[in-house]
Amino acid sequence: MSFARTDTSIVGRWWWTVDRWTLAALAVLIGIGAVLILAASPAVSERIGLGSFSLAKRQLVLLPLAGAILLACSLLSVTWVRRVGVLGLLGTLILLLATLAVGFETKGAQRWIYLAGFSLQPSEFLKPCFAIACAWLFALGKTQEGFPGTALATALFAVFAALLLAQPDLGQTFVLGVIFGVQFFLAGLPMLLVVGLAAGGLALLVGAYLWLPHVTERINLFLNPEAGDNYQVERSLQAFDHGGWWGVGPGEGRIKSVLPDAHSDFVFAVAGEELGLVVCMAIVALYGFVVLRGFARLLGEQSLFVLLAATGLLTQFGLQALINMASALHLIPTKGMTLPFISYGGSSLLALAFGMGLLLALTRRRVATGDET
Amino acid sequence: MRRRSDVRITPTTPCGMDLHQGGMGPQGAWTVSLDGQRKAALEVGRTRLLVAGAIFLLAFLAVGLRLADLALLSETGEPRRAATPSAAEALETQRAEILDRNGQVLATTLPTSSLYADPQKVIDPQGAAMALARVLPEYSVASLQAKLSLDTSFTWIKRGLTPRETARINRLGIPGLDFVREERRFYPHGPLLGHLVGYTNIDNVGQIGLERSFDEVLRGRNEPLRTSVDLRIQHILSDELGKAMREWRGIGAAGIVLDAQTGEILALASLPSIDPNAPETIPDDAFLNRATQGVYEMGSVFKVFSTAMALETGAVGLTDGYDVSEPIRVGRHRIRDFKPKTGMLTIPEILLFSSNIGTVHMTMAAGTEAQQRFFRRLGLLERPSLELPDLAAPKLPPIWREINTMTISYGHGLAVTPLQTARAMAAVVNGGQLVPATLLKRSRGERLVAEQAMSRETSQKMKWLLRLVVERGTGGFADAKGYRVGGKTGTADKLDPNGGYAENRRIASFLSAFPMDAPRYVVLAMIDEPKPTEYSHNYATGGWVAAPVVKAVVERMAPLLGVEPLAGETFDRHEQGQPLAIPANLAGRHVASR
Repeated sequence: MSFARTDTSIVGRWWWTVDRWTLAALAVLIGIGAVLILAASPAVSERIGLGSFSLAKRQLVLLPLAGAILLACSLLSVTWVRRVGVLGLLGTLILLLATLAVGFETKGAQRWIYLAGFSLQPSEFLKPCFAIACAWLFALGKTQEGFPGTALATALFAVFAALLLAQPDLGQTFVLGVIFGVQFFLAGLPMLLVVGLAAGGLALLVGAYLWLPHVTERINLFLNPEAGDNYQVERSLQAFDHGGWWGVGPGEGRIKSVLPDAHSDFVFAVAGEELGLVVCMAIVALYGFVVLRGFARLLGEQSLFVLLAATGLLTQFGLQALINMASALHLIPTKGMTLPFISYGGSSLLALAFGMGLLLALTRRRVATGDET
Repeated sequence: MRRRSDVRITPTTPCGMDLHQGGMGPQGAWTVSLDGQRKAALEVGRTRLLVAGAIFLLAFLAVGLRLADLALLSETGEPRRAATPSAAEALETQRAEILDRNGQVLATTLPTSSLYADPQKVIDPQGAAMALARVLPEYSVASLQAKLSLDTSFTWIKRGLTPRETARINRLGIPGLDFVREERRFYPHGPLLGHLVGYTNIDNVGQIGLERSFDEVLRGRNEPLRTSVDLRIQHILSDELGKAMREWRGIGAAGIVLDAQTGEILALASLPSIDPNAPETIPDDAFLNRATQGVYEMGSVFKVFSTAMALETGAVGLTDGYDVSEPIRVGRHRIRDFKPKTGMLTIPEILLFSSNIGTVHMTMAAGTEAQQRFFRRLGLLERPSLELPDLAAPKLPPIWREINTMTISYGHGLAVTPLQTARAMAAVVNGGQLVPATLLKRSRGERLVAEQAMSRETSQKMKWLLRLVVERGTGGFADAKGYRVGGKTGTADKLDPNGGYAENRRIASFLSAFPMDAPRYVVLAMIDEPKPTEYSHNYATGGWVAAPVVKAVVERMAPLLGVEPLAGETFDRHEQGQPLAIPANLAGRHVASR
């Protein structure tokens, strides 16, 4: 692919302005994801009584669509990114309400909804949209005299956090909270309040530990692995140990056959066993690269909205990757969270493609036109 | 928004907002202040972005480090390869083995495994249940599936699996199943040594027999316990006792083979036997070890001790005699002979024909005190010592009157264990030393502390007399050709629970030693309640019932223990310097088999 520098078509301009390194990193991640989904999901699909490759097929057919969404979104202008984000947020609000009303229940939580023959997890789409909308409100609050941006953003967060907790989905609430917190922090939250909010967040976690039985259990298990059933984590640690430097080869691992969540929450363990330390390090590096390169590019950003929105999206992306990998490595208590672009899950894949597409759109080199809010 | 921002942004140029910093026209000043505010916000945002970036960087570094730590340093606690325990480790158990004197295993501990499931980890209970049911056909798929679907994290599936079952279940590779190593006591010879070795409960705590008396010892060490028992002799004794018990329809039997010199017990049997591998199936009445826990009036067997006592005290000499024509009257009791004789009987004849009257006469010549002293020295009046739990103490008469002395002289009125009887016999034939009986193998050259119960001379005379009983007297059926068996029969009516003696319920016994020229082994056989048969002319006496058992045991064990038979010779000719005082009237006389 080559475009002349002078090509001013939409695609030509896109090629010269888009962050091609990040795009490449995302493409590699999607590629690794495709390999791992082929390796890990047959064991799972056989276990739940489906054809060997049915889960893999489901995921693989979505990959081109995800790619298309990613590219399409990255073509958007900042203004359209904002519009899509805000409209998307309205859409997810409706879907979240509908989920509470007509969604179906799995594993004790109501997080899914049928839409046009597909099951959909609206909370996945909520995260990027929320990051955009929240960034917009914060930026407006800073640039518009008298605009209560902070208050509105906080209210927005409160509403969606409540909706997520109603499902209940603690993990997504946590991610949403961190997105909101990081944006708030960047938007100039007074240091006193930073400390206060950090303390508040800590208090919330302690509260969850004290009053939510399954959180208590998870954390106790983390602190004292001998005490109870840490089956998945134990297997996961064995997987990394077994994989060693170069792994046993794609498809050759055996941990996936005994790990119930080998294709989703513990896909990183499968990677550790089959692809080995080197590839796992590369995966960590890729996630780190995307996040830190994104941050680095934002350091020269002139638009507060872009700065906040892109930071929110990157935070979501990086946080999910970190939580998933750290869970599998027993660095933190287990928390179900997809590994971006690698874990099985249609909603997650498409929503992340959407979010990263918006990010690419935001980080495109623009001739600075001032704050566009 | 767009419309309003248009108004404000007008003064700024597309590429250089910095132009307006510092001072502008009045129109621009409004913009500048706003622009400065925006700039300040941006600056704060950028600075704080660095903080957020640093945190992310640290987090990613932590993940990377942890990854390297896990993959390379391998500290998950689980070894890369299952450690293969050394053969010694695999065999090491919590309870030591019990061996016979030749190293044969009498009791051992087997490592077994017990299967349990953590249903929380079982991914596919139905499939797992179906696979398991193929290995453990005694369980139905439905019951296994129910267990594997429980809402707990622990449930036993089966305890005490065989190694084959364990291997097959392991091969199924069902997640959520695991084994616990357990140990089970196993007795390779089953009922053969049931009473002697005993057994343990499910927690491997000894319940009876050696398992109980050596419970602490066995638990504390890995060195096996070496007993004095000879598995081969134990088998021979049990076998012959069992045959006799069946033939004579007895309710039980007991037997002891004792090393006359060292006191080591080579065999100790009590029938009916018990199966230590299935203690739950043992009927209550089989627990009694007749050889060590049963006390019996041994009957005429005691005449051996009475004769030895009379000779030892010098009350009588071998050539003395008594008139046995008249029963002895004591109060309302009358002491008579089973097969009455008339006229004078010499001391050898009294023993040969088992005359109660003659025995009472010679005992009374020595006196009650002499009898008590002598019997005490033979260990017949106290609880014996042996490495078995619950040994019975002898039953003595509450008041030892003259009548008691009389009846005890021929074996009634004093109940002792077969163990005591055999031990006393060892003293009679080994030169007069009462050696403590033991179930542990004595080490070579071990010095024994033994009391001199009688003089060597008396012992010498007794050997001659005992051989005579088998050669010419009531013990003829015990005469194992060439092995110089000597002994004494005993037939004692059992005590009736309602008082007095029972009709037709007796103990038939034979107390013997061989080879009589230099006795090495004491053999005692006892049948409880034998029934007379036509073949025995309606006798069920020690001579008919127990003597053949001794003969068979001796014939079978002697070759194993290296006792050489002497063809066609009696020991008399080998006894140098021993006066052969066989009364003339014994020659060629038919002797009744009692």
